[in-house]
Amino acid sequence: MRKGLLFVIAILVLGLALSPCVWAKSKTIKVGINAPITGDIPKVGEGSKYAAEMWLEDIQAAGGLDVGGVKYMVDVVVEDNESKPESAAKAATKLITEDEVLAIVGPQASSQAIPAGEMANNYGTPMISPWSTNPDTTKDRPFVFRGCFLDPFQGPVVANFIKDEFGFKKAAVLYDIASDYPKGLAEVFKEAWEKLNGPGSVVAFESFTTKDADFSSQLTNIINSGAEVLFTPQYYNEVALIVQQAHELGFKAPIVGSDSWGSAETVKLCGEDCYGLFFSTHYAAAGATGATKEFITRYEKKYGYTPDDVGALTWDALRIVQTAIENTGKLTGNLEKDRMAVKDALAKIKEFDGITGKMTFTPDGDPIKCAVIVRISEKGEFEFYKSACP
Amino acid sequence: MQLFFQHLINALQWGSFYALIALGYSMVYGILMLFNFAHGDIFMVGAYIGFGVATALAALAALSALALPNWLILVLTILIAMYLTSFVGMLVERIGYRPLREAPRASAAITGLMIGIILETGNLAILGAQRIRFPSLIKTQVYDIGGVVVTNKKIMIVVVSLVLMLALNEFIKRTRWGMAMRAMAFDYVVIPLMGVPLNTIASLTFALGSALAAAAGILFAVAYPVLDPYIGITYGWKAFVAAILGGRGSVKGACLAGFLLGFIEIFVGAYLSSSLRDLIAYSIILLILVFRPHGFFGEPHSAKLRL
Repeated sequence: MRKGLLFVIAILVLGLALSPCVWAKSKTIKVGINAPITGDIPKVGEGSKYAAEMWLEDIQAAGGLDVGGVKYMVDVVVEDNESKPESAAKAATKLITEDEVLAIVGPQASSQAIPAGEMANNYGTPMISPWSTNPDTTKDRPFVFRGCFLDPFQGPVVANFIKDEFGFKKAAVLYDIASDYPKGLAEVFKEAWEKLNGPGSVVAFESFTTKDADFSSQLTNIINSGAEVLFTPQYYNEVALIVQQAHELGFKAPIVGSDSWGSAETVKLCGEDCYGLFFSTHYAAAGATGATKEFITRYEKKYGYTPDDVGALTWDALRIVQTAIENTGKLTGNLEKDRMAVKDALAKIKEFDGITGKMTFTPDGDPIKCAVIVRISEKGEFEFYKSACP
Repeated sequence: MQLFFQHLINALQWGSFYALIALGYSMVYGILMLFNFAHGDIFMVGAYIGFGVATALAALAALSALALPNWLILVLTILIAMYLTSFVGMLVERIGYRPLREAPRASAAITGLMIGIILETGNLAILGAQRIRFPSLIKTQVYDIGGVVVTNKKIMIVVVSLVLMLALNEFIKRTRWGMAMRAMAFDYVVIPLMGVPLNTIASLTFALGSALAAAAGILFAVAYPVLDPYIGITYGWKAFVAAILGGRGSVKGACLAGFLLGFIEIFVGAYLSSSLRDLIAYSIILLILVFRPHGFFGEPHSAKLRL
């Protein structure tokens, strides 16, 4: 009786070890998405998630991902980083160690991408941030890549645009000192502007901290400084408050923003106050053609609104990761080796034709691509205004 | 000089939110000797209820072609939201604090924090993480008076806040209920023995505090129309500082300290450094408290009339 039981158990254990589901598991590639589903910028998280869902659909429609003649199923694991730096690092660690993903896409905002990038690099897992423009994200981190241009490029683009378009000489800057992206970009812009217009031409350089709602003291100082234009590289929830309060305090000059304005939420929260304003970004939905148009139509049909730049950039980032995985030619099943192979393949991509434009990659893993200046129309749509290439 | 007056007006608006929220902290402390740490989140709930009421009223006005002017919608929104939020306050007292009345004070404080988290995450679960734009019910008019810029919204916010504070003062000073509250603040052990119902007075106090927080929430949403479930945390804590600064349990103190806090924040941001604003502002307040540990109107020992 006892022997019989032991025998049955032994058979069961053997069966489990040889069962096809164990084999199937090794044929699945997991890709992690580290995105702000909740927190300060949930719309960004939503856009990332939707783009990933669409990408997964394509892969599934093709019957899996083809690596060196072997079809792999793909699994997308979405982890919420609550748009907090510490949660982003935690989410990255969880994706790497517990979910055992092959590569990570995200986080989006620089304040989260910088700490998460450190984790990914330490654990030797390739990570690509679609939206983070701060140089520190990829600096000295061979495993970390990005899908967008950098602030040192974006700052001068905006400064040149204001100079050419309006011919102004005095600018003011209002930014969040506690957040990596606005702080970095504000400093880059200041440097670029003073190079163009001489020292002291940034007449007011005011800051606040995350979660502030009242900017009246900073804006009063800005108005009093005689600035002809206000540059504020903030996220959409703050843009609405800053622009409205500036107008209520009697500021009539143009307010210019950066790619963080490019969310579908900006106009919804800001309303008519934002009409006629300009910002620099990665792509403009209105007037798109080719593959970009195809993506936009598909996204609109599925989710009911026009995708913002985060959606488009996430799509491109996922396609870059896909290309890299395919380029490895063969996956061993040993996660550590495969991650290394994907990293090497990512670093070898020299040119990529994405829906946010053609890009070439520098040795640091940063793409060189064009920026777009967008004007918010009187209907509240993002209109292509002009293109600025490096 | 114009610049100074501009900052002064900005500070007046900013301070009125702190004052209105601080009143709720102070009144509850006056009666029950505990700080309701969920109060900041009641402010948030008030703003969201206001959003719901305003949206519903605007839709109703559009549907039935009812000639509801927008300013009337705003007034109704404030009143209805104050009424509804007072029930939230009473519920918090009934569920969270009444069972713990004999428990150590620390337990009640922790309960408050937990209720706050429940209100935040509950909101997150119901409405999602997206920011909400509060409908702009009144069209902004910008007036330029000799270089000082004022809007109709700013005037309205300050006036409504002052009216509410005066009304509260009258209520406490002149009505029987107010007298009962003052008596309870004097001694909540002996007064119930004289036939004043402690539970009713506690509910009333929470209702009043929550109604004021709701008014603050809607006025806040009119000035800063982007709402998220966590707005209550920062402003709740800062208003709590105002309540301490004014003197625990003192209504007059809470109002004054609320405005003072607004002034310090705005003027430090304007003249010293906007990036170190909170550091400097709260160091100043710490310094005041070092010299006046019981705040402006607080008493060292609680056996005195506080309301």
